[in-house]
Amino acid sequence: MKKFWILIFLTLSHIAVFAQQSAGVEMADAMRSSGKIYVVIATLCIIFAGLAVYLFTIDRRLKKIEKDK
Amino acid sequence: MKIIYKTWWKALAVVLIFYTIIAGFLLGVPRLPILHETIRNLYFHVPMWMSMLSVFVISVFYSIRYLSTNNELYDLAAVECVNTGLLFYSLGLLTGMMWAKFTWGAFWSGDPKQNSAAIAFLLYCAYLVLRNSVDEEQKRARISAIYNIFAFPIMIVLIFILPRMTDSLHPGNGGNPAFGRYDLDDRMRMVFYPAMAGWTLLAVWIATIRYRIRLIEYKKNDIN
Repeated sequence: MKKFWILIFLTLSHIAVFAQQSAGVEMADAMRSSGKIYVVIATLCIIFAGLAVYLFTIDRRLKKIEKDK
Repeated sequence: MKIIYKTWWKALAVVLIFYTIIAGFLLGVPRLPILHETIRNLYFHVPMWMSMLSVFVISVFYSIRYLSTNNELYDLAAVECVNTGLLFYSLGLLTGMMWAKFTWGAFWSGDPKQNSAAIAFLLYCAYLVLRNSVDEEQKRARISAIYNIFAFPIMIVLIFILPRMTDSLHPGNGGNPAFGRYDLDDRMRMVFYPAMAGWTLLAVWIATIRYRIRLIEYKKNDIN
């Protein structure tokens, strides 16, 4: 019985290792908490907004040309 | 074909991509060694390939339609879909190389996934070369339609099947689990699927714009 409990204890002991591993992984937590990540999002949004507007204007110009025919 | 002139699905594409840019950076992701925050690339790298696949599928569809109807407009649709697909193909390759540099250690490590993606890229470049080397219009349309129909399954085998059967660093290949199985949790799914849909719609949109320009050029040449 004692051996059994030792076995159970040893099999479960690796759980702590996994927990430490996931806590030790470096993520951009600090950057997000200080709020700077919003700057990156804003930049990307501006770029994509520009691209989207550009595509819509091309679309509209094409529509005009197609109507002229 | 009326749908290509509608605006609602183009607006939907823009909204979905805006959502993925914002939520893709703000929502939580699983903490994984080696990957760290680069797991967010999943929202931007994988949709490039999805977009490429979608326009290539549309292209094959129109190549088949061309062969059965001999309507030259279908040939124009097929070639412009391949052109758009190659744009997203390049973006997928480049973003993949960028990601590989910081997780696998090199931009290009001769991984089976990378190598076969490069071969399939050349396969589609050959499609455009073949097209431009035939002068007679009907012959060009027919030969390139047949080539396109054969190139598509070969591309699928090269990119999605062969790397899966050997050892590869790429997730989802050679005993390497895909992100979907263990890492793509519900938070990531909320961003990943809209990203796939959004970028696919954007690719189709660009393809329709190219097709409409082609159509105008075609009609102009017809009159002269």
